[in-house]
Amino acid sequence: MIEHLVPRILAKLLIPFILLFGLYVQFHGDFGPGGGFQAGVIFAAGIILYALIYGLDRARRVVTPGLVSFLVAFGLLIYAGVGVATLLLGAEFLNYSALDSHDPVHGQHLGILIIEFGVGVTVAAVMITIFYQFAGRLQVTRELESDEADDEDEEEMTGSPQ
Amino acid sequence: MSVGEWEALINVVLLGLLLVVTFGIIRLRNLFGVVMLAGIYSLLMAMVFTLLDAVDVAFTEAAVGAGVSTILSLGTLALIDSRREKIPFRFQFTPMLVALVTGAVLLWGMQDMPDVGAAGTPTQVHVAPYYIERTPVEIDVPNIVTAVLASYRGFDTLGEVTVIFTAGIGVMMLLSSMPVIGARRRRRRNGDDQGNDT
Repeated sequence: MIEHLVPRILAKLLIPFILLFGLYVQFHGDFGPGGGFQAGVIFAAGIILYALIYGLDRARRVVTPGLVSFLVAFGLLIYAGVGVATLLLGAEFLNYSALDSHDPVHGQHLGILIIEFGVGVTVAAVMITIFYQFAGRLQVTRELESDEADDEDEEEMTGSPQ
Repeated sequence: MSVGEWEALINVVLLGLLLVVTFGIIRLRNLFGVVMLAGIYSLLMAMVFTLLDAVDVAFTEAAVGAGVSTILSLGTLALIDSRREKIPFRFQFTPMLVALVTGAVLLWGMQDMPDVGAAGTPTQVHVAPYYIERTPVEIDVPNIVTAVLASYRGFDTLGEVTVIFTAGIGVMMLLSSMPVIGARRRRRRNGDDQGNDT
């Protein structure tokens, strides 16, 4: 955890807006620049900023590693599932026009919205996973090193006669 | 000055800054500085993409290149001991020759390339007109890039997401199963290094 006041307050102010902007980029991607990939990265950046400022343990309590691992696969499953759904509805794989039997254009809108959501979920989850793995490893290494530092201190305390 | 001249001026400034940053990355030995310069490079690249009207690519470059990958590089530096430095540059004849020849061939090959954005190039006349004509009718989303990525080439994008998924799984398996080694050894070696330096 970072003790400095300015980064902590700034992060607290910024994180909700980063997450909100991620959602905006996600669901506004068919109208403006952006889409699932960019939104996923922005959303993950918000979580990573939280972890950087408030510590890995607190971030892991908010966004648990189990949930993240589930989401890594879930996003891809949503995407592929839309493809299978269109197959079952009698069209080609990922031909979203089949999703709405009355209005193929609306089916396209729906399909794009759902698969972009799948992309966003997987990308965000993968980015958070990679960060958790790196940061978690750093934490373990630091703990090991500090244990050894304690050991060495103890050796100095007891003192060697030579 | 006209709009075109201003754009040319901004292009020259941005590409010049890219060149400066690249030489900085080559010359700098401190790895922390190299990571920071790489982030600046990505941000400059995002501006170049914006000038090329590739806003979606610029967005990705800024978010991934300047944002997340900088953090991951810093995380790696923290893992491998951030005081470590790049191996100092030594002049070697053969690699320099290979680099110069390759660069010359690439520059020579560029002579045949059409101007950026020129009409009549294969990229402009092959499938692009179909997408531009049909998107309002078939898909009806204002951002044609999204229509192409998500619908016309939905299968490609599914492949890309699978690649990201595989990368995530790979990192998870590699880093969570490897035992933490070298923590103690690193400490000792640092002690030795300090002893030798002073």
